[in-house]
Amino acid sequence: MRYLPLTNEDRAEMRDVIGISNINQLFANVPETVSLDPNFNIPTHKTEMEVERVLSKIADKNINSNKVPFFLGAGAYKHHIPATVDHMIQRSEFLTSYTPYQPEISQGTLQYLFEFQTQVSLITGMDVSNASMYDGSTSTAEAVSMAKRITKRNKVILSPTLHPQYAEVINTLISSDEDYVDYEFSEKFDISSLISKIDEGVSCVVIQNPDFFGSCHSLDQLAEYIHSKGALLIVVINEVISLGMMKSPGSMGADIVACEGQSLGNPLNFGGPFIGLMSTKNKYVRQLPGRIVGETNDVNGEKGFVLTLATREQHIRREKATSNICTNSGLCSLAFTIHLCLLGEKGFKKLSKLNHEAAIKFYKKFDDMEGFEVKNKSFFNEFTVALPIDASTFVEKMAKRGVLAGVPVSRLSNQGDNFSNLLLVASSEINSDSDREDFIKLAKEICYE
Amino acid sequence: MNKNKGLDHDEKLLFEVGDINRTGVDLDDPENLTHMLGDSFCDSEIGLAGLSEPETVRHYVRLSRKNYSIDAGLYPLGSCTMKHNPRLNEKMARLEGFSQIHPLQPISSCQGALELIDLISVWLKELTGMAAVTMTPKAGAQGELCGMMAIKQALSDKGESHRKIVLVPDSAHGTNPATAAFLGFEVRTIKSNNMGLIDFDDFKENINENFAGVMITNPNTCGLFESDIVRISDLTHKSGGYLYCDGANFNAVVGKLKPGDLGIDAMHINLHKTFSTPHGGGGPGSGPVVFSKRLEKFCPTPLVRNYKGEYSLIENLNDKELVNSFGRLNVFHGQMGMFVRAMSYMLSHGADGLRQVSEDAVLNANYLRVSLSNHLTPAFEGYCMHEILFSDDFLKETGVETLDFAKAMIDEGYHPMTIYFPLVVHGALLVEPTETESKQSLDHFILTLRDLVDRLKGDSDSFKAAPVFTPIRRLDETQAARKPILRWKEEPLVAV
Repeated sequence: MRYLPLTNEDRAEMRDVIGISNINQLFANVPETVSLDPNFNIPTHKTEMEVERVLSKIADKNINSNKVPFFLGAGAYKHHIPATVDHMIQRSEFLTSYTPYQPEISQGTLQYLFEFQTQVSLITGMDVSNASMYDGSTSTAEAVSMAKRITKRNKVILSPTLHPQYAEVINTLISSDEDYVDYEFSEKFDISSLISKIDEGVSCVVIQNPDFFGSCHSLDQLAEYIHSKGALLIVVINEVISLGMMKSPGSMGADIVACEGQSLGNPLNFGGPFIGLMSTKNKYVRQLPGRIVGETNDVNGEKGFVLTLATREQHIRREKATSNICTNSGLCSLAFTIHLCLLGEKGFKKLSKLNHEAAIKFYKKFDDMEGFEVKNKSFFNEFTVALPIDASTFVEKMAKRGVLAGVPVSRLSNQGDNFSNLLLVASSEINSDSDREDFIKLAKEICYE
Repeated sequence: MNKNKGLDHDEKLLFEVGDINRTGVDLDDPENLTHMLGDSFCDSEIGLAGLSEPETVRHYVRLSRKNYSIDAGLYPLGSCTMKHNPRLNEKMARLEGFSQIHPLQPISSCQGALELIDLISVWLKELTGMAAVTMTPKAGAQGELCGMMAIKQALSDKGESHRKIVLVPDSAHGTNPATAAFLGFEVRTIKSNNMGLIDFDDFKENINENFAGVMITNPNTCGLFESDIVRISDLTHKSGGYLYCDGANFNAVVGKLKPGDLGIDAMHINLHKTFSTPHGGGGPGSGPVVFSKRLEKFCPTPLVRNYKGEYSLIENLNDKELVNSFGRLNVFHGQMGMFVRAMSYMLSHGADGLRQVSEDAVLNANYLRVSLSNHLTPAFEGYCMHEILFSDDFLKETGVETLDFAKAMIDEGYHPMTIYFPLVVHGALLVEPTETESKQSLDHFILTLRDLVDRLKGDSDSFKAAPVFTPIRRLDETQAARKPILRWKEEPLVAV
């Protein structure tokens, strides 16, 4: 077996040193009622070439987004990733190292995480960030937990335009008897109705921006009201590229920001691994979950970095920890930070603009499309279209004819009929004029054939 | 001032070497269309530093060289299973048919993705001898949460939500009690006996009418197989509770026995440990959970179903198959990129190779145990499984502490073992070599550790000073926590 260095001679020699004749003597603690070496109904080992054949055959059964006009978003976005990113993250020293618990031989990881924390703080307009979470949805649920700890209140108000699966995650994780989560999925974002729900029992209000349907919101006034009631504003961002031309959550008064960071550096990967971002105000830093890197000095006074504020974490606090989280999304955060380093301020803003303009061009195509209605008054790179036919049927038919057209809202809403003809369509720098024309031409044929 | 030291370059922060005018990406020029952002438009400076491509490459290559890695040397972190990460796995995960697909593509356009999830599910169920598996947890800790939520849901389903007590051995990972507490369970610690195993009598005494279940790592973090595990599971079930198994140490028994035969109800599997998906400097991980028949129906959404080769995804919580589900742990369907890597590893090994994996892992650990037992102090008598736990007895009266010993290993070219964990042993040193170390590599490690121990007498200063051959010396962690500096900020200009 190519991954196992011991030869049979090595094994025999080592058994002699240990003083056993049979390897099973080392498994002596296994109770007698449990069989050692049972039959496993799986094949035996394969060569590298055979494995490639098996997996390539499976991969080929998927329609891959590189090959077709592609308009899906809803929390996972396709962008062009510079070749440098994937090359750098495959450096052995990044790929095959552990969590940087020994800082003297982990400064590479620690320094890029410190830089990552700075970038995340800057784009979200917040004071501090942690070293990443699993994904945007768990980041959001952790933000809600954090708000509960800070305010010591149990009522949570979710905007009706929050990603339905994010709401499901919150509902699943914030589920003790004292908790109350208010969520009614709808395309109507109405500040006054949100305000009417906020009282002194509310710990936080969770707003996605741009929202699930793609609309953009200015939250300054809402933030002011939320704060007047002693509650916190959590802003959720699904598409971080939007932060290149939109007001940052911090500038609008957010207390905690939770983002899906996949758009930078990370391919779609059928939904994972992704990378959750989380940032907050200085005063709440000791309530942040997850790993955090801080700057310090070594015995010679040289600047260096360490994991810090570990007294919040499970390996020290055990049942009193702020969260049970242990892992972050290390390598995904490296991809994120390299991509953003390559872009820089100029590239990030330009990319943001290109995404917005791709969406505007697509939006204009619907002007003279009879029976199609764009629902948004504002959007960044994603908007909602009401179709003349059922959206699920539409995307299946479009896919069969070579266009991955968008995400039917009903797939996520869990309440089919109300949203059956709504389709979410995302655009990005990858979309060409001919992609858009293919979509429009085929859409007309499919809806009116 | 030049602070470079040979191959080790002093590398400033991105924000010190880069600036807001530089970029390493060529993009088309926007057309300056009128924006449609409503009152959300903003054009103020963010402050992001950029670098050109060659500068970017140099920045990250220089940073990378400040890291230890499994590719460069033995990485004996106990309970972390730092084994070789085959590059074939990386190649497979990058097949466009896996990496360039969207989680919400029409089901007909992602049959291969669902087939892959189904395939790895079948393998994990077979290897563990369990009835069901959920692939969605994103890491081991989320897997634990998943397993314990299923248990909570099962109790509530039986109208037994008063069962609040979860027993956790004192040798457990910190995530175990943190998970149970997060879910509102009351955590009670049970003692280890002088053999490093769960004290069965203490376990028994802690069971009462409010007993919900027990979380056990097996093999445990002392590197020992819990010989009473079947008695424990029998008593747990008889008492109306559930047995959660932390599968962090699955590498010791994979392909050798079926954990389902031990009577467990749920177990997470760290794909980034047992199945070689890279640790990546701290993630991403993946923590699928296998379930017994008793817990199967409480699985989180989504589920993949295979009907005669046609795959479907059950993701709507109103679906009849999900009526008892405890809900959703995260958006979409889990860590596909990690599933592909783990599948590539499992296919490569097959049933025969995986059995050899656990046998070699256990053989390597015992070889270290025997070869080091005159120099370090094994915490417990007898054979170990895939990792060996030492106490700091051998350091007594040397003035050297476990931390110093670990730092001295760094100067010898090794990443230290896990230290000060588990908590049941004073100054613990937990060594897990894994099966991907050769005998030569182990022999070199043994000689190095013996030399270090021999040096303890009379040369304690060098241990206190270590490491010295590193890019940076020992860091002041107290200062870092007391006055947290968690991001770069432009230094205020000093008035002249």
